[in-house]
Amino acid sequence: MTKYIIKRFLMMIATIFIIATLTFVLMHSIPGSPFDDERTSNPTIQANLEKFYKLDEPMHIQYLYYLKSIVTFDFGPSIKKPNESVNELLARGFPISFELGMVTILVALLSGIILGTLAALRHNGIIDYLAMTFAVVGISVPNFVLATLLIQQVAVNLEWLPAATWSSPLHMILPTLALATGPTAIIARLTRSSMLEVLTQDYIKMARAKGLSPIRIVIRHALRNALMPVVTIMGTMLAGILTGTFVIEKIFAIPGMGKYFVESINNRDYPVIMGSTVFYSAFLVFMLFLVDIIYGLLDPRIKLHRKEGDA
Amino acid sequence: MTNSQNVVSPQNVQDEWFRPKQKEEGKAEAVVRPSLSYWKDAWRRLRKNKLAMAGLVFLIILAFLAICGPIFSPYSVDGTDLPNQNKAPSATHWFGTDELGRDVFTRTWYGARISLFVGVMAALIDFFIGIIYGGVSGYKGGRTDAVMMRIIEVLYGLPHLLVVILLMVVMGPSLTTIIVALTVTGWVGMARIVRGQVLQIKNYEFVTASKSFGAKTSRIIRKNLLPNTMGPIIVQMTLTVPSAIFAEAFLSFLGLGIQAPFASWGVMANDALPVILSGHWWRLFFPAFFISLTMFAFNVLGDGLQDALDPKLRR
Amino acid sequence: MNERKKKEKKMITDEKVLQVNNLQVSFRTYGGEVEAVRGVDFDLYKGETLAIVGESGCGKSVTSNAIMGLIPQPSGIIKNGNILFKGKDLTKMSKSQLRKIQGVDISMIFQDPMTALNPTLSIGEQLMEGLLTHKKIGKQEAKKKAIEMLKLVGISNPEERLKQFPHQFSGGMRQRIVIAIALICDPELLIADEPTTALDVTIQAQILELFEEIQQRKEISIILITHDLGVVAKIADRIAVMYAGKIVEIGNKREIFYTPEHPYTKGLLNSVPRLDLMEEELQPIEGTPPDLFSPPKGCPFTARCDYAMEVCDHVYPSTTKLSEAHGVNCWLQDDRAKVLLEEMTFGKEGILSSSLPAATDV
Repeated sequence: MTKYIIKRFLMMIATIFIIATLTFVLMHSIPGSPFDDERTSNPTIQANLEKFYKLDEPMHIQYLYYLKSIVTFDFGPSIKKPNESVNELLARGFPISFELGMVTILVALLSGIILGTLAALRHNGIIDYLAMTFAVVGISVPNFVLATLLIQQVAVNLEWLPAATWSSPLHMILPTLALATGPTAIIARLTRSSMLEVLTQDYIKMARAKGLSPIRIVIRHALRNALMPVVTIMGTMLAGILTGTFVIEKIFAIPGMGKYFVESINNRDYPVIMGSTVFYSAFLVFMLFLVDIIYGLLDPRIKLHRKEGDA
Repeated sequence: MTNSQNVVSPQNVQDEWFRPKQKEEGKAEAVVRPSLSYWKDAWRRLRKNKLAMAGLVFLIILAFLAICGPIFSPYSVDGTDLPNQNKAPSATHWFGTDELGRDVFTRTWYGARISLFVGVMAALIDFFIGIIYGGVSGYKGGRTDAVMMRIIEVLYGLPHLLVVILLMVVMGPSLTTIIVALTVTGWVGMARIVRGQVLQIKNYEFVTASKSFGAKTSRIIRKNLLPNTMGPIIVQMTLTVPSAIFAEAFLSFLGLGIQAPFASWGVMANDALPVILSGHWWRLFFPAFFISLTMFAFNVLGDGLQDALDPKLRR
Repeated sequence: MNERKKKEKKMITDEKVLQVNNLQVSFRTYGGEVEAVRGVDFDLYKGETLAIVGESGCGKSVTSNAIMGLIPQPSGIIKNGNILFKGKDLTKMSKSQLRKIQGVDISMIFQDPMTALNPTLSIGEQLMEGLLTHKKIGKQEAKKKAIEMLKLVGISNPEERLKQFPHQFSGGMRQRIVIAIALICDPELLIADEPTTALDVTIQAQILELFEEIQQRKEISIILITHDLGVVAKIADRIAVMYAGKIVEIGNKREIFYTPEHPYTKGLLNSVPRLDLMEEELQPIEGTPPDLFSPPKGCPFTARCDYAMEVCDHVYPSTTKLSEAHGVNCWLQDDRAKVLLEEMTFGKEGILSSSLPAATDV
């Protein structure tokens, strides 16, 4: 297990390094460096930029300073907002986005797994058809469409729930719903198909032959095996939810990192784009690393490495 | 053990039945179902899947409208008509007009062009890169394979949409950029699948077997390799299309997509946001409706193909 | 009857553990209804091993699943007949009543030990789970019993092994564990569905020895589902031959091996390689079993039978009793057929009586 974790950890560092380098190269390949004078009208900002990015040094030195700034978790100043650094924006926006993302993933996991399991247990029954109809529709409707529909119908027409911001649990319902529907649908489909496969396995037949109750068979014998594929897609799912927060925060006017990120894209605020991209990528890759470890814990076959690793 | 369905019971059978039965040649084998060719069989099973067929029919109609729709319309994509701003659907403007008086009907089919083009191009380019990379990796094996797979593993860990956003920022929004950005990250999945298929083929005994029987290479490829490998690849392509369409809409919605005067469904939905609360429902409805339906159609078609092409499920 | 005498140590009593009467099981599929089991009768005595043999798809596994209450719902239906376990009808029981018998009084061993164990649960958990569900005992006691069972099936170092997972065991070891799981609640009836098919030949022999040893110790009744006549020859007391959802011949091991009467049984025996037969005498049965979507009205073997008569196509034969244990369903047993048969064999140099050289040894 230790060996497995170390291997995964090194992979994670490599991936972050690649993303950081890619970001650096791409940003510096923009015709007329993004840090040129014309881009900024403010001399204070220009001075800040030059100081931070060592723009007077040769490129490879700049690159080294850049890597150092990433290791020390300092993403530099913003171009458009004179007295703010990317770090400050992240500190302000990220907790909100994180909350939105976590609530979403919890809702999606819980409802997706329950829905998928019920559908598999009632294979070709009414619940199955309803769940799968929901799943295909949920996958097909883009979250920004769903979000707008929810605001228009539930918030404006029916006036049941507040339409914007992130100020109370009540405010959280619509954005979470809009963001979680797609992932829920994907998880439900995946759980259903892998559950259907697991239920035909001999060890389930054996569990039934032991005279165990159906609930025990599903929870103890089937679910854990059926959830393996769900765990493996958690990485991609998290990435999807994270990018989803960009549009959801834009539509619901939630002051999260996604909103700042979209703003920075529209303003071409390059340091913010660079900083957030690297930060988000590092965050995602770290989550992927966690997912891999969870997978290792769930599947005893991966522990094979333990003896070599610990000895 | 008397079967109740029998009219005659064992007790009262006629004596003349006790004479040798004429053996009919090959009758014992006759119960085996006639074997169909792989593609015919797959097509037969796809046709049975009503949802997938509905998706296919919808996509054919959509493709037709995307190509011919704008021709039927008297309006152009970017023809502004300021007196007729934000008009609800009517006999003259079937899908209404937007804030510049442009005809939503015409723009919707232009949007379909963009979406389908982006989706299909992304899938095709993914396919070619994937076939080459995955093919080489799987065919060479050994060290080459190990290195190529390690690269894929790292690339797979990259957050795709973030890289796409970064590329869009750097290269500036345009149709080409979108396709390039989507394929730069998208081919990885296809390469993995192709490699898996190639590795599988290498181990198939029937390939060696048909070779030893002196079968022609072209015949081996057509009869054995294609049916056994194309299934997952076709399914992957079918599912790449909707995700590319979604990515385009997503980018356009963020303001990174196709720029005016072109219309894409994502751009139209984004433009509709500020006015949606003032009751101009058609502005969002049509692009949103067609995006959703197209994604739906591709998804059900992909599912249907998966069921129809999976040789393991063949009976 | 010298059969009984020889196996006296095995204590086969006259007490019927299981009676299966006119069992009919069907499956609803997209292609229509498959009549998998079409009227099966047999009894099973305490301490005896009954082998059910036949080609794949003949309904032997469905029969055993029906006894175990494992017919997949809702596609599978028991259309007719009953299964009496110690006098109680299993087909009439509710699912929760059935669960009190499954794994406790009747248990089952599956074909492939590689898939029969849950990969994510430790061996110990899988062993003790049945005990803890059915018997009112504590964890410590269950663990003791589990260790005892592992010792019984010949797994060394059981305390350590309890904590391990299935992937840490070899195929033969896993099958031993599966057997231990099946036996841990001291069942009276054990159904073994192809228990050795997936194993190496050397391991097969070990597992069969284990079966015999356990049967001697625990006085258990065994239904052995197999297509391997070698396995049958080794441990069965009685043999039922199934074809296309029906038992076509049943009898003591000697009767079936030395005086088989049904052409299918003979064909089956002729298709097995044996040391006392020359290679050219090995004959496969031509053709394939009938489609059970629309089973034939008469004898299902007609299409493949060398002695088929017109009557075979029209009516299914009733059972002819040849001895106390030996019964066969074949029109050749009819007096009217005997006449015909003499005419036929005359030309063919007595093919029927001498088709099996061993038969003359008796």
